[in-house]
Amino acid sequence: MNNVRIMTGNEAAATGVKLSDAQVIATYPITPQSSLAEILSQYVESGKFKAEYVRVEGEHTAMSVCISASTVGARVFTATSSNGLLYMHEQLHWAAGARLPIVMCCVNRGVGAPWTIFNDQQDSFAQRDTGWIQIYCRDNQEILDTVIQAYRIAEEVYFPVMVCYDGFVLSHTMMPVEIPDSRGAKEFLPPYKPHTIVSADDPKYINPVLLPVRRPNSEGVLCDGYMEMRYKLQAAMEKSRDVIVATNSAFSDAFGRNHGGMLWEYMTDDAELIMTAMGSMATEATMAADMLRAEGLKVGVVGIRVFRPFPKQDVLEAFKKASVIVAFEKSISYGFEGGLASELKAAFYGTDINIPIHDYIAGLGGRDVKARELAEAAKSSIASIESGDINKKTTWLNCYTG
Amino acid sequence: MPENLFKVNMKEYILPGSRACQGCGLTLFYRYALKALRENTVITLPACCLCVLHGIYPKTAVDIPCLNNTFASTAASASGIVAGLNALNRTDTTVVAVAGDGSTYDMGIQALSGAAERGTDFIYVCYDNEGYMNTGTQRSSATPLGALTTTTPILTKQQPKKDFIKIMEAHNLPYMAAASPSYPIDLYDKFVKAKRIKGTRYMHIYVPCPPGWMYPARDTVRIGKLAVETGIAVLFEIEDGKFRFTGRSKTLAERGKRLPVINYVERQGRFKKMNLEQLKQFQTGVDNKWNEYLKMAEG
Repeated sequence: MNNVRIMTGNEAAATGVKLSDAQVIATYPITPQSSLAEILSQYVESGKFKAEYVRVEGEHTAMSVCISASTVGARVFTATSSNGLLYMHEQLHWAAGARLPIVMCCVNRGVGAPWTIFNDQQDSFAQRDTGWIQIYCRDNQEILDTVIQAYRIAEEVYFPVMVCYDGFVLSHTMMPVEIPDSRGAKEFLPPYKPHTIVSADDPKYINPVLLPVRRPNSEGVLCDGYMEMRYKLQAAMEKSRDVIVATNSAFSDAFGRNHGGMLWEYMTDDAELIMTAMGSMATEATMAADMLRAEGLKVGVVGIRVFRPFPKQDVLEAFKKASVIVAFEKSISYGFEGGLASELKAAFYGTDINIPIHDYIAGLGGRDVKARELAEAAKSSIASIESGDINKKTTWLNCYTG
Repeated sequence: MPENLFKVNMKEYILPGSRACQGCGLTLFYRYALKALRENTVITLPACCLCVLHGIYPKTAVDIPCLNNTFASTAASASGIVAGLNALNRTDTTVVAVAGDGSTYDMGIQALSGAAERGTDFIYVCYDNEGYMNTGTQRSSATPLGALTTTTPILTKQQPKKDFIKIMEAHNLPYMAAASPSYPIDLYDKFVKAKRIKGTRYMHIYVPCPPGWMYPARDTVRIGKLAVETGIAVLFEIEDGKFRFTGRSKTLAERGKRLPVINYVERQGRFKKMNLEQLKQFQTGVDNKWNEYLKMAEG
């Protein structure tokens, strides 16, 4: 291994941004994202990294700056967390609707009220339907590598990409990270070619008002209505799955690290029970799997790396041999259940896979999640199936529920 | 300075087929502003009357590149264009953000204040038609006291207009100016000057609106002139902190013959429920502001 350094998740992300040659950066501070913005400021002010850095007055503006700078033709970056991401919500839709390849790190944190500065994934989960690709990282190496991959994916499919990683658990935890050399990164990531550009040389009216119907332009050519534009968004998002998988393979060929494309698997070949999660909790689940294997139980893990587009064909393949799925989630769709459990059930509907999916809400607002607790949860799922309670109701793990 | 309208840039950037209302004050201002700004200009807009004027996809009536963004983000969008052009070494392009009073006085004030504080190199234009006209004449914080709007439909607006120009003065900009489409040469000159200056420039344009203000479309220029004659709208510029009256306001300041505000109020349906107390308060407010400007002009 060459050039390995010990660094936090936020430094890994900043290193990825620098290696990707982002040209415009707009950030607003929020815990636990702040040190990422600070490290990038250090790079830019020290002259190590040439980029326009706009220290904006709020996250809504951060995303607006990214949108307009991207439309001009620059490669852009921003990062946020929690309520900052919620404050951007309007602009997240705008960025995706305008098909702009913006890359943003979401350093996952719970949302208020009441306030928490600590980690869960409710912030990015709540942005599921904004038209952004969402990738969840399990460790700091994956954060660095995914930022670079994210630009290549975004600029190939013209979608914004949210690189999500757990606040504090990864953002402030030091881990060894191998840094790709900048020439290799440049070869992997060709320069950004915008599909539509706002330029003084070519008068265009970009993102105008559309009517419900298709309408002819001044030359009589029938042009899209709003609904055709929305169809194209959906069709392109569905196709982006292949680009994400191909980008992961190309990265693996170039740098020797394979992060799994849409998802990754751990000891699933003979697994009867598969634990699944997104982000650092999936890493924790691999340790739980080791403990359960030591007790003779056939347990594996599927880490969901890409949540949007949802990896439907990949989960059908990954879970087809399992007899029970235990999902651990750091977010919830209030009034129903954890979103990942819902998505899996929807993906399996009408297929041969008809197995119990037990849903555990865990680690909200930074509550510690230990591998031992995940292992015990898996065992309690086995016990409830043996006792006849096949479709166990959603469990709040390590939480006083009265 | 062109001494008459035949000396301004003859090229038209607003082509036939714009979707603006008959007698639109905004169209008149925009026509002369674009003539002054010329090519190598990029406009950014929120959802507003001007967004409609530009056209409905796939047609546009304006021959200058333009990027739409959301309602609160006009100045932020301009910041992004400026940052992007800087990154690509295209610093010769003039970036212009144009928004109405609703998105300037109300929702967009944060982004504008932020961009101005950062010294972003762009021109921000507020076209002030004193309400949310594009959505059907609702009250904004720029609506004057005593005006009927669709959200103050019975009692009229109970508060005076926000002194937004003063807020922008506090940003210590290299250049800011107020103009009216009823005085197109004065307006044209100010845009020519603004284009030459670096940093954040703020332009306040007082644009009469026939449907929103409830007067016949043919009276737009007259209403705009009455606003200046009464001192409700003041033509001025502030360059590096130095205030000076311009055009008709300059002669009014020198000869001191402002008309009473009633001459302006009585021609607009929106003021038909204004009571005497409100009229008095309106006149006092205009007089006080005028005196403040006289002092600023003295230095």
